[in-house]
Amino acid sequence: MIKQFINLEWKAFTRSASFQVNLALKILMVFGAFFMLLYALGAGIGAYYLIEEMVDPEPLKIINQFLIFYFIFDLVFKYFLQKMPIVNIKPLLYLPLKKDQIVKFGINKTMISFFNIWHAFFFIPFSIVLIIEGHPFINVLGWHLAMLALVYCNNFINIFVNSKDVVFFAVIGVIAILGGLLYFNIFDVTQFTAPIFSAFYNQPYLAVIPIVLAFVLYKMAFKYFRENFYLDAGLAKKVDIAETDTMDYLNRFGSISTFLKNDIKLIKRNKRSKMTIFMSFLFIFYGLLFFTGSIEVYDGPFWRIFAGIFVSGGFLFSFGQFVPSWDSAYYPLLMSQNIRYKEYLESKWYLMVIATVFTTIIASFYLYFGWQAYAAVVVGAIYNIGVNSHMVLWGGAYIKTPIDLTSAKKAFGDKKSFNVKTLLLTIPKLVLPMVIYAIGHFAYSEVLGFALVAITGLIGLLFKNKVFSIIEKIYKSEKYKTLVAYKQNN
Amino acid sequence: MIITSNLSKTYNSNTVLKIDSLEIPKGQSFGLVGNNGAGKTTYFSLLLDLIQPTTGHIKNNNVLVNESEDWKPFTSAFIDETFLIGYLTPEEYFYFIGELRGQNKADVDALLTQFQDFFHGEILNQKKYLRDLSKGNQKKAGIVAALIGNPEVIILDEPFANLDPTTQIRLKEIIRDLAHKKGVTVLVSSHDLLHVTDVCERIVVLEKGHVIKDLETNPATLKELEAHFSGTAMAMQEEE
Repeated sequence: MIKQFINLEWKAFTRSASFQVNLALKILMVFGAFFMLLYALGAGIGAYYLIEEMVDPEPLKIINQFLIFYFIFDLVFKYFLQKMPIVNIKPLLYLPLKKDQIVKFGINKTMISFFNIWHAFFFIPFSIVLIIEGHPFINVLGWHLAMLALVYCNNFINIFVNSKDVVFFAVIGVIAILGGLLYFNIFDVTQFTAPIFSAFYNQPYLAVIPIVLAFVLYKMAFKYFRENFYLDAGLAKKVDIAETDTMDYLNRFGSISTFLKNDIKLIKRNKRSKMTIFMSFLFIFYGLLFFTGSIEVYDGPFWRIFAGIFVSGGFLFSFGQFVPSWDSAYYPLLMSQNIRYKEYLESKWYLMVIATVFTTIIASFYLYFGWQAYAAVVVGAIYNIGVNSHMVLWGGAYIKTPIDLTSAKKAFGDKKSFNVKTLLLTIPKLVLPMVIYAIGHFAYSEVLGFALVAITGLIGLLFKNKVFSIIEKIYKSEKYKTLVAYKQNN
Repeated sequence: MIITSNLSKTYNSNTVLKIDSLEIPKGQSFGLVGNNGAGKTTYFSLLLDLIQPTTGHIKNNNVLVNESEDWKPFTSAFIDETFLIGYLTPEEYFYFIGELRGQNKADVDALLTQFQDFFHGEILNQKKYLRDLSKGNQKKAGIVAALIGNPEVIILDEPFANLDPTTQIRLKEIIRDLAHKKGVTVLVSSHDLLHVTDVCERIVVLEKGHVIKDLETNPATLKELEAHFSGTAMAMQEEE
């Protein structure tokens, strides 16, 4: 029986959509995974000596201090990327298998996933280094086992929270607050958690607690699944209560309002697009890295423009690059309807412009870091509206990745969306404004630098119709290929 | 209305459709039957310019489908769920299609009231998005959306599949009505021989991409079709 299950899993793995990419990408992915493991290994071995030399003679103390964040990030990471076992369990329900067996298999499967295994690449070498450096074996063993047990606790917790967005955003909020309080030296949560982690080292027998906890969570996950193992319970897909919204206030946009209304509904009612909004919100704070001067390499004056473009353009980049993929699920409908491409594009364009203006207003808190900081954001916004909005739509026309709107996964980017054409398009998006600013800045003053970038943005606006007609041509010439590509969902 | 000439579609030397000549006059209710893989959906996709023909072309009301887009205003279709926008409620979807086809809200509402009994109270005002409706109800919404905006050509792929008996009967009335009274050219494909013979004036049988029968419907047609398809089944058994 187990052999059959494993066979199924192997096929699911090798035949999954992410493996159906070309060889070059496959090699790249293998390299990526390999390097990630190598980094973990390197960190495991190197962390001890690095911390000993640079920070504190007692590396374990420092590690224990930050473990709380390590485990919280692990949970977030798992939440986003790890697939839940129930997903492909449905076809097994009708077969003559014991339910306990299927549930057990589903949960065990999560245990051997990459998301748990790669921790071993950090903790095992780190523990070995600890022993080599003269820490007593028993204590290290206790600490080590406790850590691995905590990794598995995370694994089972993830099974519970996976379908509950509220829990997730609460966790994110808590991290942000704790991190912020720590940064400003108001309240240090690590003071309370570090002793717990150290306790596993000092009293190795305490490792039993997390091990038991992991075991209990396993039992709970098992029970939770077993009880909800019905099509109308745990395996049912959630049905949203629909809200109808006529959005009459958008009628003032005239003929494009048809699409605009649809796009707003698209964003409001789908997980994936909500994720995009959340991400573009985070981008607003990206500038803090630059303007607080916390990272030295970013101190060059033209980096301001770089920051300004990202702060105001978070939505523009994360949404715009996937036009028209947002409509991939019903692309055949659009292609057989009397669609006016220009209005279709214009609706997306207006959406990006509105979002950019909106973020620029929110970002006014950058004034706190001096007028230059906010000027960079405003100028970045002008450049985004004038030039980058066209560029992302143009680049998007070449991306043929279908988007599964109902899933929040993969929101952090998709390897298929990464190709030479889109890479080339980042030059005018980011490098050009930085160069323009640098010319003005070094030739005369920062004011001239800002002015030049803003003027470039305004000039870009003049080319809107030209760019739209180019994109329209691309849409038409790529239509059949796009239709085929969008069909290959999952 | 629809003239097909020398049409073929080939994937890697595998010809899935080859129609030398087929003419569908205006106002005809036209049925396409055939086993899986016979080429029904391929033909409809070619008609909607969703795939490119390998050779030949289709003319829809004198518009060359694969070259001009002028057939779009008077042609509508429901092929599968990729014609539905999952995150809209049925009403929003109807209004959206309506706006694309130059109909205001009142026009769409007027049309929808005619389909109250077709919807059977399960489509409108349900507080559900299209993606959460059952397959049958999704199909109902898709079919009705294809009727918005007084199209002259309506293409429905497998419209009877997944529908409950009451709705099937009601749909047959609607299709007959469209063709006979309103002069709409209706193209329907189906696996259900009884339904097509009930509805269509003309039935074409496709097999492995070729037209092998082209029948005017009369009382004997059903028998003939049944004999044909059971003959295919017999032939297949003999081959085995």
